[in-house]
Order: sequence, then C-alpha cells, then structure tokens
Amino acid sequence: MNFTWSDAAYFGPEAVMGLTFLLCVLGDLVTRGRRHVVPFGTLLVGTAISLVLALLHPPVSSHAILGQMVVVDGFAHFFRLLFLGITFVTALLSWSSREIMGRDREHQGEFYALAAMLCFGMMVMAESADIVMLALSLEAVSITSYILAGFARFSFRSSEAALKYVLWGAVSSAVMLYGLSLFYGLTGATSYEGIRAGLSGGQGGMALLVAILFVMAGIGYKISAVPFHFWTPDVYEGAPAPVAAIFASGPKIAGFALMIRFFYVALVQDDSQGTLALLDDVQWPWVLAIISAATMTLGNMAAIRQNSVRRLLAYSSIAHVGYMLMGFVVLSANGLAAVLFYLFVYAIMTIGAFLVVVALNNRVSGEEIDDYAGLGFREPLVAAMMFLFLISLTGLPPTAGFIGKFYLFAAAGEAGLWWLAILGVLNSVVSLYYYMRIARAMYFTPPELSGRVGLAQAHLILLVVLAVPTLVLGVFWSPLKEFADQSLRMLLGGG
Amino acid sequence: MLELADGGSSSLLTWMTFFPLLGAVVISLLPSRNQNLHRWTALGFSLVPLVLAVKLFMVFDRSTSDVQLWTQVDWIRTFHIQYFVGVDGISVTMVLLTALLCAVCVVASWGIQRATKGYFALFLLLETGMMGVFVSLDFFLFYVFWEVMLLPMYFLIGVWGGPRKEYAAIKFFLYTLAGSVLMLLVMIALYFNVNDPSTGGHTFNMLHMMAQANHGEWLLDPTIRHILFLGLFIGFAIKVPIVPFHTWLPDAHVEAPTAVSVILAGVLLKMGTYGILRICYPILPDAAAWFAYPLAILGAVNIIYGAMCAMAQTDMKKLVAYSSVSHMGYVLLGMAVFNEAGITGAVLQMFNHGTITAMLFLMVGVIYDRAHHREINGFGGLGTSMPKYTTVFSLALFAALGLPGLSGFVGEALVFVGAFEVYRVVTIVSVLGIILGAAYVLWMLQRVFLGPLNEKYADTPDINRRELITVLPIAALVIFLGVFPPPIINMIKVSLLNLIAQIPG
Repeated sequence: MNFTWSDAAYFGPEAVMGLTFLLCVLGDLVTRGRRHVVPFGTLLVGTAISLVLALLHPPVSSHAILGQMVVVDGFAHFFRLLFLGITFVTALLSWSSREIMGRDREHQGEFYALAAMLCFGMMVMAESADIVMLALSLEAVSITSYILAGFARFSFRSSEAALKYVLWGAVSSAVMLYGLSLFYGLTGATSYEGIRAGLSGGQGGMALLVAILFVMAGIGYKISAVPFHFWTPDVYEGAPAPVAAIFASGPKIAGFALMIRFFYVALVQDDSQGTLALLDDVQWPWVLAIISAATMTLGNMAAIRQNSVRRLLAYSSIAHVGYMLMGFVVLSANGLAAVLFYLFVYAIMTIGAFLVVVALNNRVSGEEIDDYAGLGFREPLVAAMMFLFLISLTGLPPTAGFIGKFYLFAAAGEAGLWWLAILGVLNSVVSLYYYMRIARAMYFTPPELSGRVGLAQAHLILLVVLAVPTLVLGVFWSPLKEFADQSLRMLLGGG
Repeated sequence: MLELADGGSSSLLTWMTFFPLLGAVVISLLPSRNQNLHRWTALGFSLVPLVLAVKLFMVFDRSTSDVQLWTQVDWIRTFHIQYFVGVDGISVTMVLLTALLCAVCVVASWGIQRATKGYFALFLLLETGMMGVFVSLDFFLFYVFWEVMLLPMYFLIGVWGGPRKEYAAIKFFLYTLAGSVLMLLVMIALYFNVNDPSTGGHTFNMLHMMAQANHGEWLLDPTIRHILFLGLFIGFAIKVPIVPFHTWLPDAHVEAPTAVSVILAGVLLKMGTYGILRICYPILPDAAAWFAYPLAILGAVNIIYGAMCAMAQTDMKKLVAYSSVSHMGYVLLGMAVFNEAGITGAVLQMFNHGTITAMLFLMVGVIYDRAHHREINGFGGLGTSMPKYTTVFSLALFAALGLPGLSGFVGEALVFVGAFEVYRVVTIVSVLGIILGAAYVLWMLQRVFLGPLNEKYADTPDINRRELITVLPIAALVIFLGVFPPPIINMIKVSLLNLIAQIPG
C-alpha cells in the first residue's frame, strides 16, 4: 500500500465529497442542528465543486491509485457524473419534501451529511478494482442506506423498512464476503487483475461457480434482482419518498457499476479480435440470463396488482433491472454500452416519477393510484410530465426510455439471445398496463376535489429539468450513446 | 426493387407531416377558455396539409414506380438511422386520404365541449403520427411514428369516449403495442443482417432492405425469413384487424367519439395493410409467396365472419365497425393474389373503404348527437322526418354494399376478378360476403329509415349545414370514383406492378 500525493489529483471529486460529508456534520454541529440550510448548502456546494472537478479533468487513460485498489478511468468518470447529478437533484428534492424537512422531523441536517457519504461510497463502488475495496465501498453505501431508510424514525413503516433492509443486507453481505474469500482462495489475489490472472488456467470448476453465485447474491441484493428483491417494495414504501427516489436510482446503479467492473475485468477476457469471451467454462452468463428473465417477469407481474403508486414503482424498478441485465449477459461492448445508456436514462425517469410522488405527497391525501384521480385537469403540467416519465418507463417513443430499451433489445438480438429479447418486449407490453393505470387515474377519472393542488415551486422546476432530457434524449441521443461507448473503451480495451 | 427518383428531393412531405405537430404545440399554448379559438386553429392547421395534398396530387409522377418527393437526412449517424421520407404509388393515396379525413374530422369535432384544447392538440398530433407512418422509408422512423400515433389515440378514446372508454382505450393500446413490439424485434433482426451497399454497415433504410442482394447470410435461411414475415405480419394483422386479432376494434369504435371512429376506420386500419405492402412483401417476397394461400383464407374469413357479426348487431356503430372487418377482408384477399387486378383492387379498396366508412361513421354520429343512442331497433321511419339525412346515409350504405356506380364496387370487383384466377374456391366463398353485406345494410336501412315513423323522433332536426360540409366532399368523391376510378388507379398502378414483379411464383 503506497500512497503518493499524485494520486490525489485523480481522486479529486471523491475527496471533495468525503470532505463535504465532514463539513456537513460539522456545520450541523456548529449550528446545533437548528439551521438546516447550512448542511444543505454545504452538500450542494460540495457536489457542485466535485462535479466541476470531474468535468474539468476527464480521465484520459486508466489509472490505478491507492495501492491499485481504485481505478479511475472513463467508466468511473461516467458513473461519477451520474452519481453527482443524482445527489444534487435528490438533495434539492428533499429540501422541499415534508417527509424529510417537516416540522415534526428531527436531525434534518444529518440527512445531507448522509447523502454526501452515500455519494462518496457509490463513486468508489464504481472504481473498485480490488475485492477488499469492493466490500468496503459496498458496506459504506449499505450502512448509509440503512440509516436513510429509517430516517423518519418515529414512523413505524420507516423503522420497519430500515430493519428489513438491514437484515437482508447483512445476510447477503455475509454470503458475498464468503464468495469473495473463495475467489481469494482460488487465486491467491485480491485485485481483479490478479483474480483474472489466477483464473486464466481455466481450473475453477465447481468452486468458481459457487464463488460467482455467492458474489451475485450480494450484488443482486443491491440491484434488487430476483430472488434477492424481497426488501425492495417494503423499503421503498416505508422509507421517506425522497429516500426511495435515491434508493431506486443511486445504489442500484452503483451496484450495476460494481458488477460490470468485477465481472468484466476479473472473469472475462477479450481475444485479439476484440470480442469478449469467458475465462473459464463456468457459464455464469446463462445464470444471469435466467435471473434477468425472472426479474423482469416477476417485477412486472407483481406490479400489475399494486394499488400504491410507490409499491408499483418499486416493482417496476425491479423489472427494469431485469431489462438491464439483458445487456449485461451478452458479453459484448454493445451490450454494456446499452446498459450504461439505460442506467443514465433510468435514473432520470425514475427520479422524475418519484419526484411527482414526493411533490404530491406534500399535498394529496394518499399515495394510492386513486388519489391521483383527475390530476390531469387539476395540475395539467405535473400530470403531463408524470405521463412522460411513465411512457418513458414503458419504453415508447419518442422518449429516452424507448431508445434505452431499443439498445438493450438490439444487443440481445445481436448476440442471438432472441428468447430473452422476446420475453423483454412482451414484458414491456405488460408494463404498459400498469403504468397506464396511473395515467387512467390522472386523465380518465373525474377529480374528487377541484382546484389546483398547489405544489412547491422547486419541485416544478426540478420536474421540468428532468422531463426535458427524457424527451430530448428520445429524439437526439447520439451524445449520450457516444459518451457511454467511450466510457467503456478504457475498461474493455485496456483490460 | 424500389429506387429514388433522380432530382425528386422535396420538403413537401415534411411540411405535411410536421405542420399538424406545430398546430398541436400552438393550440396547447392558447388560453384554455376560448373553445372556438381552439376549433378554428385546429381547422387552419389541418387545412394546410389538405392544400399540400392537392399539390401532391398534381405533382405526383404517375409514370414511375420510383420514390418521389423524398428527403433524406442523417438522424443518428452512429446507428445508421435516417430521417428518410418519400412517396410512391402505394403510399401516396394513403397520404391523400389522411389529409382529407383529418380536415373533415376537425369539422366533425366541432361539437366537442369538454377540454377542447387537449382534444384538438392530440388530434393534430395523431395526424402527424399517421402521416409519418405513410411517408417513412426508414424502418426506425416508421416505428417511431407508428408508436407515437398510439398515445393520442389512447387519450382521444379514453377521455372523450363513451361509457366503457377506459376499457376500450387500454385494450386498443395493449393490442397494438403487443403487435408492434414484435415488429421492433424483426426490425432489429433486419438491421443486423442487411448491409448498406454503399458503406457495408448495417442499415434501417427500407430501400436497402428491399434489395435482396443486401441480405446477409443469416437472412437467407427460408425458415428465418418465414419467422420474420410472421412477426411483422402479426404486428400489422392486429392493426388491420385480421380475425382473430380483431376484438379490440368493436370496443374502440363504439366508445370513441365520432371523429375518432372515422380516423380509426378510415386511416388506422389501412396502416396494417399498408405495412404489409410496404414492408412484408418487398423485404421478404419469397415468404409472402409462401404465405399467400393462408392469407387468402384469412381474407375470406374476415369477409364472412365480419359480415355475419355485423348482421347480428343492434348498435349502429358496432354494425359499421364489423362491416370494416368484413371490408378489410377484401383488401387482404386482393393482396394475397399477386396479379394486377387483385392488388390494384386491394389498394383501391383501401382508399375507398376509407372514404365510405368515414361517411358511415359521420352519419351515425349525426343521429347519435340527436337521439343519444344508436339502437337500430329504436328508430323507424326517419325517412319522413329527416329526408336529407336519409339520402346521404343511404348513399353511404349503398356504397358500402358495393353498388355499381359507387366507389366501393370498383375495388371489390377488381379483387374478385384477380382472386378468381388464383383461388377459385376461396373467391366463391368470399363472394357470399357481398350478399351478407347487402343483407345487413338493407336490413338496417329498413329498420331505421323505412316503416312507420317513430313518433319520438318526429321533430328531430334534419342534418345541418356543418354536418353536410363534413360529408358532402366525401360523398362527391365516392360517386366520382365510382364512375371514373382512373385518377386513383393511375397513381398506384406502376408501383403495384413493380411490387408484384418482385414476388416469385
């Protein structure tokens, strides 16, 4: 472990976020937890500085730092920007949410400190190049998440959500750590590169399969893939809505980033023709393809029967993991680029949909689908944007969600996984049904109350900020696609 | 093989496609209280494509099968997606029909009271979607327009529809989406297996896909080609709709407001058969030949089954809806035989059914606005109280049953002439459809307009001027094309001959 100061130059955005965390805590202490604007402002400024730093110094080559434990490359850069963006938006979203900032709440300032920590952890997850760092960053994110889930600590549901999250998390972490130890046992290395070198003999056999499955259990929990998804609806429903918005985007995306780097660096080699191949004869892509099929089908089927908008979105977010795994299992750069593209789009539309829930949560009586009745006439703008997010989640043109799905299906088709692609498109049709239940409530049912709902100005502005890319990326998406392609080049090309 | 006409580049079609979209944006920015403003703005924005359609009719070159008035611009270069539009003889009649019916339907929607702003904005958005489908020559672009059209349709049925509107709207949406996602997968499969002859890369360009020499090795396997054909075909069949995928149609028609029913039957159904002619046939001609016989049988089933269902209906609108199923059967039968008479009859019937069924739905709308029901048995003797209405409705009904001298006859006659050469038995069975058609039409005519006057409707006002404005231009067209069809036949003929020349056997 040798640390050099030159490493710090590559670790700027992460360092700033770490510092932001400390400053948020400090600011909250100094103001005795009375002036929440201090930690809130600190988080916004910190995130902005970090974002500027990241944008000013995009990595030009793959660079391993902190004793080869962390790799800063284009792939890390892509996720850095995504996580910083998510943190910035969700911080703004939380600031005017009653569930976080309501008068009856406590320690509101700490929320922002935790958000900074979460962002730091997620960025490191996407950069980990060593199973030790993998476990550490995953735990950093998990522990922060547990606290966030139980943030409304006098709410029964919030506490229940936190407890469920902790129990599931603890078990799956333990299983994953065991899997990682098997990797160490098989190869004698902790770095991904080392594991790859150790496995290239192709002698993994049963032990390797078990190790992979165990690691999958830990990651599957983080991304809520079937059968590790059971906590998701309860946590999304119980936790404060802004926290649910964070969970549905941030940690899930970080889980994908971690998974992609681990599997594609440690377990995949590219032969000289630039095509990717398995190191060993353990057919983990098949296992993942089945998980993908199960995840999307189960997520969609369960979503049909939900009456709570939040639970519906929770199950739909499970289904989306299934779609994204489709791009992961095909072992091609195109497949991974499709996943990256989709993650980006998914973050925008999911946060958008949750933002509507947050915005209405402050004003409308409940979160059942029926509570949205007549919204299209009471709040035409908000309803129209909700509709846009919903059709984007369904994957209809001209929205970003369609393009994302198109690339995923195209990747599956290119690899000849037609059965998975057919299952994917049929699932999209199913998802139309339940997304349109919300649209039906908003537009087809007459409102019980008349007059405007009256939403926070900040929420309206944020909604527009999220709706614009949802639409624009559906018509002109080249820049994002090229960014995704480019981000992968160092990961796959440089090995 | 389809080629681009030299020097045929033009922005006419782009204007026709996107002008209504501009109108939708303008309307959504208008104040919501002034309903008349919405109506007149919508009319203005739908008249422009109609005027451009007249221009299109004048400048269209009838002597070539090449793609005319095209525009080709790169859209997403890295994925070889282009903004590529143009017309040939197959699509030009559909573009004209769309422009005409949309303008008519805006007038027919004058009576809409609820949320006019949203209604007309969505209506114009729908027009953009439909136009886009008919002019697209890039498969990706085609798919985008195909889907974009679903959203306004869903709302137009779901918000402004009848009592069971919610059920009808989601059923329409789910059925069509289920079909189109299959199309999406076939599109992806074609993309990866068709080479752009100039660059060697993949392509969504339909013209490249139609050239068999560009097909990759995987795409040469007959089994694969049959599967791809079926995938596309089911997507289009749901739209046509071909029995047994037709159950969304009566529901959607009955619940939709009048103008939306007109668009549904007049234009949307044609997208199905248009898709088969534009995509299935030229890209996979050998598979088309292989499936010809089942296609003809499906056509006959549509004709007979649709007519029998129509006869059993007590709701006028449902009767007209099922008559559409029956009439689209003629189109299918004509398409299944690859000779000049059959396929010309099919495309002619597509156009004529669009105008005739539009008249029928408009007329049903007129009586519904007055009586607030559509029960066939709930009227009687309207001929004495509403003579003008009776005249126009009877004209439409006679056109629907294929009376010589009206446009419906020409298409059906050509279809039967063409089909008889190839599939005798199927054709003979199908001809029974004409008799069944006469039966349900005349029986309805008798129950509604003849007999003793139902006193309840003795004072019903006759058809008014606005309603006449919507229907008379179409009626004139129906009579004119019944007596003198060459204006349409000349437009479509060369392209269709070129198309059937591709199909082996």
